[in-house]
Amino acid sequence: MSNVLAVLEQRDGALRKVSHEVVTGARRLADALGGEVHALVCGAGPVSGVDAAGRHGADTVITATNAAFGPYAPEGYARTIAERAQAGGYSAVVCAASAQGKDLAPRVAARLAVPLASDITDLSVDGGAVVVTRPVYAGKALLKVKVVAQPAVLSLRPNVFTAVERPKPGTVESVAATGDGGRVVVKGIKAAAAGALDVAEAPIVVSGGRGLKEPANFKLLEELAQAFGGRAAVGASRAVVDAGWRPHGDQVGQTGKTVSPSLYIAVGISGAIQHLAGMRTAKVIVAINKDKDAPIFKIADYGVVGDLFEIVPALTSEIRKLNG
Amino acid sequence: MKIAVCIKRVADSETRVKIAADGKSLDEAGVKYILNPYDEFAVEEALRRKEQAGAGDVVVIACGSGASQETIRTALAMGADRGVLLETAAVPADGLSVARALAAELKDGSYDLILFGKMAIDDYNHQVGPMTAELLGLPCVTCVAHLDLAAGKGTAEREVEGGMEEVEFPLPAVLTVDKGLNEPRYPALKGIMAAKKKPLAVKPTTLGAPGLEVLAMTPPPERKEGRIVGEGAAAIPALLKLLREEAKVL
Repeated sequence: MSNVLAVLEQRDGALRKVSHEVVTGARRLADALGGEVHALVCGAGPVSGVDAAGRHGADTVITATNAAFGPYAPEGYARTIAERAQAGGYSAVVCAASAQGKDLAPRVAARLAVPLASDITDLSVDGGAVVVTRPVYAGKALLKVKVVAQPAVLSLRPNVFTAVERPKPGTVESVAATGDGGRVVVKGIKAAAAGALDVAEAPIVVSGGRGLKEPANFKLLEELAQAFGGRAAVGASRAVVDAGWRPHGDQVGQTGKTVSPSLYIAVGISGAIQHLAGMRTAKVIVAINKDKDAPIFKIADYGVVGDLFEIVPALTSEIRKLNG
Repeated sequence: MKIAVCIKRVADSETRVKIAADGKSLDEAGVKYILNPYDEFAVEEALRRKEQAGAGDVVVIACGSGASQETIRTALAMGADRGVLLETAAVPADGLSVARALAAELKDGSYDLILFGKMAIDDYNHQVGPMTAELLGLPCVTCVAHLDLAAGKGTAEREVEGGMEEVEFPLPAVLTVDKGLNEPRYPALKGIMAAKKKPLAVKPTTLGAPGLEVLAMTPPPERKEGRIVGEGAAAIPALLKLLREEAKVL
């Protein structure tokens, strides 16, 4: 068999955008293997938006529902996916390396008694074997890995596999997932501030470091982020997170999040090697720093030297005009 | 409370990565090695739980080369009671083979809690903890940033996109922990001295054939040389023009 199982993700009964990337990656693999893409999504009930999976190249879409699954059931999902993977004799199982995928994919791989190639940024097929690229040392090096075991279980780094339209039938089939939800019970999600984007998912990230001098000054970055009209998130360097100025979830770098936005604006960040590792894959990097010799300028596409307290408000007002 | 903490020796986050002559691994010359930062949160949490319970046993377990003994001693200096090194020639890219070795060691330990860091900062795998849990048949919560334990049950919070997921689970369980769960202590001189005398069992371990074969390690693609657009707020119009017309991101 040369078919590929794509594991989609939903939240509150709606398909998440990262699922399109998963189908796109799975389609590439299936084309190289000469097989079909079967997409699987687990949930407590029907999932809206699954028809999009056909648009991105799924031959069939299976929704596996079980009321006991609640918002997310790690054990119930892992069992359902592993059983389907086994029964279908798939060549590969493709998940997202999202928060949920990072939790789920290792469980599925362990149940199938195969390794997991996680957080991959590229994939191909060579002589029938799946070959992937994955960043290590937070992106300071890339590892090319051949997956010897079958099925090849992969998780794709979000924001890397740009969703491509490749229309296929996308026949939707609904099945009842058997068994219980498992011992680990997800009660729900306490949402962050309404509309707040996660730095790992935002297309634009505005990050601040020590140069902001004190926590209250992050207001300048929040205003700049808001000026982008809901497309930007505020990130932070390790120094300011360790100092307690910003929450841990905002940290960009080797001991925080690795981000690949289309625009990364580093404000008052000197550019320690462990920070650069977390954001070097951004499409465009802008640095604003008073020290013209700061290492951040070495990897920034565009640098502005000077006082951030003068530059950032001016930039914010110009961006507001653009989006006004 | 009997708690196991699985730890890893990793290259420090400030390491400049140089690729070894084999073209497949890190050149270790001059690299400083540390206890994986996320594992420090796991060790700290184990110590706090033991202290709260008033009694217990905290065992740190590492899988790796003989040099990992030093990493285990760091955790012992923080206050863990004893260490176990599953000694292998090298740590493979395949997390499942490590999980299998750890599960075999943990299987008959009757631990109330088995802790891991949410990931190692070298391979970014996020996988050995949940894989070990599956192999042991234990419940597992990953990326725990807040934890309450009472009467054989736990509640945890883990960060997901846009919020915190609230999770309930029974004990015994495997947890992988995130930054923010606690503030790890620094080993005091007294702890460092005491750590030298604490038991550390070294068990030669053979890992199964890896299911992932490393073909090559390469440097990431170079970013093209950037430029300084200008100084101060006066540079903003030029910057915006470049972002719009050259970079096309606005």
